[in-house]
Amino acid sequence: MNFTLRVWRQEAADAPGGFETYEVSEISEDESFLEMFDGLNDRLTVEGQRPVAFDHDCREGICGSCSMTINGRPHGPGTGTTTCQIYMRQFEDGTTITVEPFNARAFPVIRDLIVDRSALDRIQQAGGYTGVNAGPKPEPNSNPVSPEDAEQAIDAAICIGCGACVAACPNGAAMLFTGAKISHLGHLPQGQPGRYTRVQDMVEQMDSEGFGGCTNFGECEAACPKEISIRVIGRLNRDYLVGVLYHPRNPRGAMKPQ
Amino acid sequence: MNLDPRIPDGPLEEKWRIWKDNHELVGPRRRGDHVIAVVGTGLAGASAAATLAGMGYNVEAFCFQDSARRAHSIAAQGGINATKDYSNDGDSVHRLFADTLKGGDFRAREANTWRLAELSTEIIDQAVAQGVPFNREYGGLLATRSFGGVLVERTFYVRGQTGQQLLLGAYGALSNQIREGRVKMNTRHELLDIVVCDGRARGVVARDLVTGETRAHPADAVVLATGGYSNVYFLSTNAMGCNVTAAWRAYKRGAGFANPCFTQIHPTCIPQTKEHQAKLTLMSESLRNDGRVWVPRDKDESRPPNEIPDEERYYFLEERYPRYGNLVPRDVASRAAKHVCDEGLGVGPTGRAVYMDFRDAIAQRGEREIEARYGNLFELYEQITGDSPWRVPMQIYPAPHYAMGGLWVDYELMTTIPGLFSIGESNFSDHGANRLGASAMMQCLADGYFVLPHTVTDYFARLEQPHFDPDHPAYAETEAAVEERLARLLGVKGSTPTRDFHRELGRVMIDACGVARSAEGLTGALEEIPAIRERFWSEVCVAGDSRELNQSLEYAGRVADFLELGELMCRDALIRDESCGCHLREEHQTEDGEPIRDDDRFAHVAAYEYQGPDAEPIRHTEQLEFNELHPKARSYR
Repeated sequence: MNFTLRVWRQEAADAPGGFETYEVSEISEDESFLEMFDGLNDRLTVEGQRPVAFDHDCREGICGSCSMTINGRPHGPGTGTTTCQIYMRQFEDGTTITVEPFNARAFPVIRDLIVDRSALDRIQQAGGYTGVNAGPKPEPNSNPVSPEDAEQAIDAAICIGCGACVAACPNGAAMLFTGAKISHLGHLPQGQPGRYTRVQDMVEQMDSEGFGGCTNFGECEAACPKEISIRVIGRLNRDYLVGVLYHPRNPRGAMKPQ
Repeated sequence: MNLDPRIPDGPLEEKWRIWKDNHELVGPRRRGDHVIAVVGTGLAGASAAATLAGMGYNVEAFCFQDSARRAHSIAAQGGINATKDYSNDGDSVHRLFADTLKGGDFRAREANTWRLAELSTEIIDQAVAQGVPFNREYGGLLATRSFGGVLVERTFYVRGQTGQQLLLGAYGALSNQIREGRVKMNTRHELLDIVVCDGRARGVVARDLVTGETRAHPADAVVLATGGYSNVYFLSTNAMGCNVTAAWRAYKRGAGFANPCFTQIHPTCIPQTKEHQAKLTLMSESLRNDGRVWVPRDKDESRPPNEIPDEERYYFLEERYPRYGNLVPRDVASRAAKHVCDEGLGVGPTGRAVYMDFRDAIAQRGEREIEARYGNLFELYEQITGDSPWRVPMQIYPAPHYAMGGLWVDYELMTTIPGLFSIGESNFSDHGANRLGASAMMQCLADGYFVLPHTVTDYFARLEQPHFDPDHPAYAETEAAVEERLARLLGVKGSTPTRDFHRELGRVMIDACGVARSAEGLTGALEEIPAIRERFWSEVCVAGDSRELNQSLEYAGRVADFLELGELMCRDALIRDESCGCHLREEHQTEDGEPIRDDDRFAHVAAYEYQGPDAEPIRHTEQLEFNELHPKARSYR
C-alpha cells in the first residue's frame, strides 16, 4: 500500500507550525499505524532530516501515551481504539492521511505531535484518590460491594488518561476524564469519605487549567478509546451540585480579617 | 563484592517480624530532613514513592513517560496472588511460598519468597482501601481465579486489566503526596547515571527529555524501580520505552547484576506475522483457565481449525501434564509449544503458532460469563489479528515477557552499592529461575508498600552521615560522564538507523538465549554480539542534538546498553551448565524435554561485577540454602 502523509511539524511550543508532506510506499496492510511512522522516522533520520516526534509506549492501547489526531479524529478511524491499535488495512490504498497533535487549549504542543497533558495529572492530584497511606487496613470482605456497583466502577475506572475526550470536544472540556474518576470512586464504599470535597476540588482545578465547559456534544464518548459513557458526566454534575449545596468545602464558615 | 544476603536469624515464618522488631527508626520529625530519589513510577516505584512520602520523607520521583500513570505495569493483565483462601481451597502462606519457590525451580531465596507470600494479603487490603475495583462475586465478596503452576484459586483480578487498576491506585496515592508537596515528580526525565560519593549512592543524573538538559539530582538514598530488560530481544511484550539503562549504569558503578540469563518467555502471545513488527502483544495467562491449547495431530492438516474433530487434535498440555493441564507454569508451556512447532505441528502462516481454543468453555459456561472474564482480551486480539476468538481459536506463541534476573539485592532490597536500593522487576530477588503468573504485581507492591519503606528507614538510622554533601565533586564528574557519552552517540554520524542494530541483536538473543539454549549457540552469540556492538559504534545514525527533545538519541542510548547486556546474558547462560526453570540448556534435558537441574554445582545466585569495558566481569556466587523445602525435580504431570 502507498500513502501520502500530511504531518504537523512544529519545533517548539512557541514556534510556528505547519504541515509537511511525506510519501510512504510498500506498506503492508498488517503494519500498525505507528510501525509505519517508525519506518518513516528511520528514513528521515538516515536522510539527515529531523524525525517526527510522537508519544507512544505500550502499543497495546492501555498506557494512554499515543495522542495523534488522524484525519480529524483523535485516535483515528474505528471506535474504541487508540492510535497504536490502528492498522493500515483500515485505510484505503493511495489516499492522503492527515496527522495532527491532540488539539486543545489546555494541551500546548511540545514538539510535532507531542502535547503537554500534565493538566490531567494536576486534576488527578487535586483529589482523585481515597487518601490512604500504606499500613494495616480492614478486611475487604467485611465491606461487600455488589457486582453491579463494582462493574459500574470498573466501567469508569478503565480511563487511560489519553486526553482524546478533550481533543474531540469542541469546547476542549475534560469532563469525561474528570467524571470517570468521580464515577469510579463514587460507586465504591471506599470513595464515600471525601466524595463531595473531591468533586469540588477536581472541578476547580479543571476550570483553572483552561478546559472548556460541557455543552453535551457527546464527541468525548465517541472518541474515547475505552468507550466510557457520557453518564459519568451526569454523575459528576450531580455530585458537584449536591456538594456545592449541601457539602460545602468549608462547612464551618470563616470570617475574613477586616 | 560481598554477597551477604543479611537474612535475619530465626525460624522462616518469623524472620520478617524479627527484622521489623529490630530495625532502627527515624522519628517522624526527622524524616523531612531526608531526600530519596525514586526512579520509575510503575507499581513498585509509585507505591514506594507514595509510601515514603506518606511517612514524611521528601521524595524526588522520575519517569520517562509524560505521566507517572503510564509506566508499563499498566499493561499487566491477569491478576495478583494473595493467600486469602476465600475459595476455601486450603491455601496458606506456606503453599504460596512453596508454589513460588518450586515455580522458580529452587533458584530463589527461601526467606525472600516467604516474606512475599506473607505480605500478599496486606496488598489486597491496601488496594481495596485505595478504591481498586476488583471483580466481585454475587453477594459482593472478592472474586478469585486460578493461574499457572498452582492448584488453588488465589488470583484477584479486575477484568483483564488488573495492572492498570493497581497502578492507578498507587498513582492516586502518589498524586496525593504530590499535592501534599512531599513528592516532586519529574516526568519526561530519563535516568542516565547514578552518583556514587565515597562508596554510597547519593543521587542520580537525569536528562530532561523536553529540554535535553542533563543535571544531577542529589539524594540521601536512591531507589531504582526501573523494570525489566526483555526489550533486549527487540520483540517482546514490554512497552517500547522499557530499557535496562538505569540498572546497567548501576552495574557499571559497582552494583552486582544477578542471574542475567533468567528471562521469561511467556507462552501466550500473539505470534509475529511480519518483518517490520515493532512489538508483541501478550494474551493474559488467565485465558488458560478456559482456553484449551492444541495443534492438529497431522502435520499436513489443511482444514480450518473448527472442522478438525477432537480425536485429531493434540491437546499437548493436557496430555503431557494431566494434573495441571493447561495451567502448567509459563516456562513449561513455552517449551511445549516450541517443541510441537519444532516437530512441524505448528499452525498459522509461519508454522510458529498453536491454537488456544475457547469453544468448549463458551459452550459450558455461556457467552456472558466468558465475556465478563475475558471480554477486553478477546477485543484486543480481534483488533490486532482481525480474527474473533468467539468464532475461531486464538493463535498464540511464546514471546519474551519478564526478567527474573536483575540487580542483586540483599534481604533489605539494597544492592551492593550502599544506599542504592532496587525493587520490583529491576531486582533479581523473589522468583528464581521462573516467575509464576500473577506474582509480579505482588512482588512490586510488597516491595514498595511494605518492605522498602522500612529498610530505607533502617539504612538512614544506622548512618553516621545520613545526608548528601551537595559540594561533592562526584556530581559534576557524573554529569560530565553522561554528557560525554551523549556526545559520543551523536558523534558517530553513520548511516544505519538504531532499529536495525536492535533488530539484529534481538535475532541473535532469541535464537541463542531464548526458550532453549546450548553451548554452541551461546558461544556463537558471544562472538556475534561484540561485532554488532562494534558496528553500532561506527555506523549508527542518530538525528539532532542533545539539547532538545530527541527521541532518536534516547533510543540509541538504550540500545547501546542492550548491546552490552546481551553479552552478559549469554555469558551467564553459558556458564550455568544446567537446566532450571526458564533456562533450558539443551545438553541437560530428559528425553521428552524436561529440564535437569544440577543442584550440586548451581544451587546459587550468580552476580557479576563490572571490571571495565574490555575486561571480563567477575562472577560471584551466593549459595542458596533450603531448610523448609527440599529441592526436588519439578513435576507438573
